[in-house]
Amino acid sequence: MSKSARPNQLFRNLNAKVASIPMVLTALVVFAGGTAWTVLYSFTNSKLLPRLNFVGLDQYYRLWATPRWLISIENLLIYGVVSLVFSLVIGFLLAALLDQKIRFEDTFRTIFLYPFALSFIVTGVVWQWLLNPDFGVQGVVRSLGWTSFDFNPLYNSSIVIYGISIAALWQGTGLIMCLMLAGLRGIDEDIWKAARVDGIPMWKTYLFIIIPMMRPVFITTLVIIASGIVKVYDLVVAQTSGGPGIASEVPAKYVYDYMFFAQNLGQGFAASTMMLLSVMIVIVPWAYLEFGGRKRV
Amino acid sequence: MFSRRNIFLYGTLVVVALYYLLPLYVMVVTSLKGMPEIRLGNIFSPPLEITFEPWVKAWSQACTGLNCDGLSRGFWNSVRITVPSVILSIAIASVNGYALANWRFKGADTFFVILIVGAFIPYQVMIYPIVIILREIGLYGSLSGLVIVHSIFGMPILTLLFRNYFTSMPEELFRAARVDGAGFWGIYLRIMLPMSLPIFVVAIILQVTGIWNDFLFGVVYTRPDTYPMTVQLNNIVNSVQGVKEYNVNMAATILTGLVPLIVYFISGKLFVRGIAAGAVKG
Repeated sequence: MSKSARPNQLFRNLNAKVASIPMVLTALVVFAGGTAWTVLYSFTNSKLLPRLNFVGLDQYYRLWATPRWLISIENLLIYGVVSLVFSLVIGFLLAALLDQKIRFEDTFRTIFLYPFALSFIVTGVVWQWLLNPDFGVQGVVRSLGWTSFDFNPLYNSSIVIYGISIAALWQGTGLIMCLMLAGLRGIDEDIWKAARVDGIPMWKTYLFIIIPMMRPVFITTLVIIASGIVKVYDLVVAQTSGGPGIASEVPAKYVYDYMFFAQNLGQGFAASTMMLLSVMIVIVPWAYLEFGGRKRV
Repeated sequence: MFSRRNIFLYGTLVVVALYYLLPLYVMVVTSLKGMPEIRLGNIFSPPLEITFEPWVKAWSQACTGLNCDGLSRGFWNSVRITVPSVILSIAIASVNGYALANWRFKGADTFFVILIVGAFIPYQVMIYPIVIILREIGLYGSLSGLVIVHSIFGMPILTLLFRNYFTSMPEELFRAARVDGAGFWGIYLRIMLPMSLPIFVVAIILQVTGIWNDFLFGVVYTRPDTYPMTVQLNNIVNSVQGVKEYNVNMAATILTGLVPLIVYFISGKLFVRGIAAGAVKG
């Protein structure tokens, strides 16, 4: 056995290596290679076709001088803060309510989570209809007699990004609730008993005992929400197409439009590299804390 | 039973549940009304006269650009995209996971780490290089090209899912099969595959809803006549020409959401397991 078992390092585990070719290609060519390619070409003045004609940081200077990009970043920040805060708070509150040993828990959970099964396009289109100024919520309230009622977020450029967040929260809080509920279920019953014996009020137990204990769950949830925020694209396309004017533009849409419509590839590459950078700012510290730190212990 | 605490608890839950159900209700109600009734009435009121005309129109006559054969085209495109993508992505990822769990070769973990890190890179960064790759192999704009793209982007999370599952299986099983002379594929097909059906179901749920709901890849890698359903829905609803037919739009929206909704309501708890795993995909 020993003779035939180790003919050559390369041929050891040959089947496993052959079977892993798609994974190796994806990791090296698409993920690592593709990312490096885009970053490299973001320093060129590629227009219709990618060309290696380096212009240094010109694309980035142009990017940060473009009003549409600045609005996109501002929108992303507002959208990010709103969806982060509200989905965490609402998600946690719903999970806490469902965790009170209630009846019909499965029914409630099914109802809160079903929007998550729908695509952002479906979500966006539905909320576009609900927020339609003539027929939607505003129209209905006005037809009831309150004629000065004003609730028209999708056509008001100063609040349109909040209107988009309403739909995003409807779609996404169910997921956060599920993650939080799983976290709450992981907490030992005895902690509750001990808190009750000590006469600590429920809200204090949640705030000062349970939530600190759920730190890992919160961190995972935070990473999930954050990486979803950067990608926001379909929802905006379906709800407002970036309008009114450019009031609800987001970075992902900027990248797409510059690459495939404006035929200004260099701008698209620079913008997508900025997106990559912003994700790295969130992910790297998290990965370091999560994986890097543990190895050292 | 009717303590103040319970009234508050159930009251809150019911109100929130109604809020979550409202869009679905409005969608259904609007799709069953005629346009004159929509213009006069209230979006929340039930239809006075039920009509299925908008559904027929959405399915077979609604226009996107020059094509006026309705959403049925997008539906069949989505089926032709989703089915092979789900099969291919799960086949690749399960073998990856199996190789990583049981046949680890030198460097395998490095590729795995790149794969997982890659899951967090915004798609926008990799879109254009993939366009070039697909163009080089002659698949840009075709359904097969999109199938490859879905298999690539499904790989990180699915590989992680399968690797963790196979790692948790008893090692003795694998050793015994090795002693009996079974090889890489023999063990995979005859032992691992039959024993891991639950995780395959989770993966299928995750992939069917994810791929059916995709918009970005559909719009980048296909042409108008091969657009998936989500892209076509967006084009129908947000087209600027013609009179807006809200009832047709809502019927089209329900039709597009139907497949993932059915998957959701049938799969129940497994769906929750799937998204808890899939959520890491970000």
